[in-house]
Amino acid sequence: MVRCFLIHTVCPISALSAGECRVLYSRVFGPDEAVLSEELQELNPEERRLLQKEKVAVVARQVHSAVTLSREASGRQLVEMVPGEEVLALQDANSGVVRLRAGDPFNEEMSVLWLGVHSLGFAMVCEPHENLLLAEGTLRNLSRHCLEHLHMLGPGSEVLLKSSRIDVLLSRLLPHGQLLFLNHRFAQSLEKEVAAYMAK
Amino acid sequence: MYSHGSESLIKQAREIQEPELQKFYSRLVKLLQGKELSHETVDSLQRLHLILSATKYTRRLPSELRTRLLSLLSSPVEQLQVLSSAVLREMPPLSAEELNYIQENVGQLNSQTAALLLSKAGTRADLSSVCAQLLRGLDNRPSEAPAHSLMHTLPVLNTILTHSPECLTEDHITLLSKRLVDWLRYASIIQGGGASSGRFFTGPRSRQPVPIAELDGTVSGDFFTVLCVGQGFTEDQWMNVYSFSMLHHWLLTYHSVSNGNSTIETANRSQLSLSHSFSNDDRSEVDGSVVSMVSATSSSSRLLPPKERLREKAFQYCQRLIEQSDRKAQKKTDTELQKACLVEAVCILDCVCVEDASLVFRTFPFIKALFGRLSADLSFSRVLLPIAQFYLNHGEMAAVDCESVWKLVFGQFPAELFSDPFLAHELLRFLRLNLEKFQLGVPQYTHFFPNLLKFLAWDSPAVVDDFVDLLPSLVTPATAVELLHTLLDLPCLSATLILQLRSTCLPISEPGGRGLLSLDAFRNPSFRGLFLFMLRGEAGSGDTIDRLSTLHDLLAEAADWPRVVQCAQTIPVLLHIYFNTVVTVADEKLLAHLILVMLERSSILLNIPTYIKEIHRVFSCHLLRMCKLHPSLVVDQSHELLEFAGIPGNVYSKEELYTHVVWVLGEYLSVSCDSRCSVSLITSCFETLEAVLFEITSSGTPPGTVCPAPRVITTLMSALAKLASRSHDLIPRVSLFLSKLRTVTRGGSVAWCSDEEDLVAIVTRGEELWSLLKAPSVAQSVLTPSPHITTPQWHRDTNVAMPLQLRALTSLTHPQ
Repeated sequence: MVRCFLIHTVCPISALSAGECRVLYSRVFGPDEAVLSEELQELNPEERRLLQKEKVAVVARQVHSAVTLSREASGRQLVEMVPGEEVLALQDANSGVVRLRAGDPFNEEMSVLWLGVHSLGFAMVCEPHENLLLAEGTLRNLSRHCLEHLHMLGPGSEVLLKSSRIDVLLSRLLPHGQLLFLNHRFAQSLEKEVAAYMAK
Repeated sequence: MYSHGSESLIKQAREIQEPELQKFYSRLVKLLQGKELSHETVDSLQRLHLILSATKYTRRLPSELRTRLLSLLSSPVEQLQVLSSAVLREMPPLSAEELNYIQENVGQLNSQTAALLLSKAGTRADLSSVCAQLLRGLDNRPSEAPAHSLMHTLPVLNTILTHSPECLTEDHITLLSKRLVDWLRYASIIQGGGASSGRFFTGPRSRQPVPIAELDGTVSGDFFTVLCVGQGFTEDQWMNVYSFSMLHHWLLTYHSVSNGNSTIETANRSQLSLSHSFSNDDRSEVDGSVVSMVSATSSSSRLLPPKERLREKAFQYCQRLIEQSDRKAQKKTDTELQKACLVEAVCILDCVCVEDASLVFRTFPFIKALFGRLSADLSFSRVLLPIAQFYLNHGEMAAVDCESVWKLVFGQFPAELFSDPFLAHELLRFLRLNLEKFQLGVPQYTHFFPNLLKFLAWDSPAVVDDFVDLLPSLVTPATAVELLHTLLDLPCLSATLILQLRSTCLPISEPGGRGLLSLDAFRNPSFRGLFLFMLRGEAGSGDTIDRLSTLHDLLAEAADWPRVVQCAQTIPVLLHIYFNTVVTVADEKLLAHLILVMLERSSILLNIPTYIKEIHRVFSCHLLRMCKLHPSLVVDQSHELLEFAGIPGNVYSKEELYTHVVWVLGEYLSVSCDSRCSVSLITSCFETLEAVLFEITSSGTPPGTVCPAPRVITTLMSALAKLASRSHDLIPRVSLFLSKLRTVTRGGSVAWCSDEEDLVAIVTRGEELWSLLKAPSVAQSVLTPSPHITTPQWHRDTNVAMPLQLRALTSLTHPQ
């Protein structure tokens, strides 16, 4: 299953200092790992919540540096994108995988699939036995929907104030972190529901 | 995009003051008391979520607000469910009363409430109760429940499986195995509700059941799978999708060979389950089951216990998927899905065959055919990796020749697909996880290291972590020397790969563009051999090439290409791993050869800033280690080491390495380290070092030139003193030099040392050595100590050990 899905900032942004990374949306699926591991039993709920937030921040930072290095290596210039060019933005996006070793920060080894669309990073933390081909397709699909429905290529801050939309999107396409084998008909049916929700 | 507005929004959320917050809470409570769902309510809930999630510490909500939020979990409006679940997830865990409330009022556990309960679960018992609640909902089949009501059940269960598989009891597992079989194999083959036949007039004839179709449009002739389409879908067809999506994980968790879960003996279990499968209403018996072409051979599967039955059905499902993936899908997304299904199908078949080896003989023909079909098409590379895993796991048992598989995976994939980050990740992971199997069964994989290193050369930051794990296994006595050369030239490989890609993309001549010199060189036939050597796939054709420096000159402009620089930054770490491993597998002869390589390559490296310095540092460190472990190496390689040490230019260009070479000569060129060390050897070494020292400290150097590092001078002096202490007729020569040094420096500054303090240090060291050498035998024991002094074992020596001394004293002083 997918343990975590997050959206964060990448590459230098005027509003943030260099290297700083802001997590815009994060959703951790399932129970907190800390609860079920022996070493972390003494933590109280507040500490556990903090620990989880820190883990998400670690993932965001790792992806941030992976995106930066990948863009540096490929030497491609970033082109300004405007709302309406979501499909083009996705085609141009960098993608890759980061391996997180066991303990750093999750208890087991994880593979983080990432997509860098202009100044946004979409990351999906998957368990290694997961079907990464399916995960890649799901990540692209989710990113496309997020970009379109939340006008993320524009200057607004809707992603912060409309997190429930992403929650609903995830509940259909990635319910409780489960990757789904959806052919175009199943996907259409779910996307219709999502679109109906977003229109409200 | 993220703007200043967004940043200030987050700041506001974090810095909101307590009074304002309390006002906000009370306003929200009022809004929630109202009957209508207003835009303001939703907006306020959203803001509440932002306020709660923006801070790292947990905020406390007033209890009335919490109660209201809990009640929203069962709201008919999905938006309110989603928002209340999201807000409550940011809160401390639910109290017992709140949990009870949910139990009583939320009724059948909806998706958002399940998410909340999962995320707030404090113990395994909490997970077990969620699990039990869900399965109860599964057992009762309410006839009027909407189609989506059950669909979150399987994903939630999958989550619980991931974290705590023991939460499911044997009964639960049996129940689910049966339901999974139903959904996977016996889902409806008629298109679901909402199927419009497209006709204007709807009459009884339009309600004719329309069968499901395959992805290429033809009518489906077998059972329903994820690769079947229809205008609409029935509930069990949805469950078919959800079941398949979690099938692999289910099998891995409950069907693994070493399943620590089950304590019931297999015999008992199968007896119990046999009786179960006859008594429960199995859909397969009620449904006039479709005679599947796939399952024609297994008509007796009904008699199997549920777990084994599920395994058999999973097998059939995967076979069908493989057959369906051969069809040409009408939509591109479906083609991608077919690939993903192939990967999943092969993985499940592998899992199933690991559990029941008798299935291998039924499975291998499919896998072999699939391999034959896909191996020529590189776009299926990611499907071929699970196939390779299957061959690795079961090839021996089925006595199948796997050579062609390894040639593809290690020979072709890295050479042609090095730039695909996902393939790189999966291939290296495949290698990592099966390292032991490879070392035993396919030991020739180490010969493909030039190919494997292409992944590293292309995208070092992404895969260096994998190579930290893999490199030690690639270091073998047969490959060690060539591997060292290849690692040192990895930045060149990086540049070559870039050129290779560019030369296929760019036209022969760029009109008006900056023609890359290196690209021209790459295309030039007279330099072809150099680049081809870099791009070789297998080891064994030679350690390195003669015209290496020519290649470095050709690639000079690549030294600032980002990819090359990133690659160069990872080499020192990997070299450390290499050397740490090689000292454990190499004999002295090989280590001697490696020392030669180090000395030789110290001047033949691609000129990237700081790269050369870093490599020299690694060399120095490991030269030291190797000589410490095998001191006789120094005498063995004395000729080459002296050659290196005798070049004054090395003092300036390779300061670090030079210092260590001199130190090593001084320390280990003695009879106590190797009996072959003769007086003439010591003398010739002395003379070589003396000549260099004279030259670099001569007053003849014009002012303004680079000064030698003080450390080099002191090391040379110490080395000369050490050598002299072993051959006493050299002592007068050293003493003469040292006293001359004192006189010269007394006159003030010198051309070869700019810093006052450094000069003082050098002179002090000179004086120490000079006075030490006045007493030759003392000098000998200090500068060339015998081994039993350098490796004291005071704590191990029974005559000197402290505890024994104390015991002896105690027994003397305390009369018994």
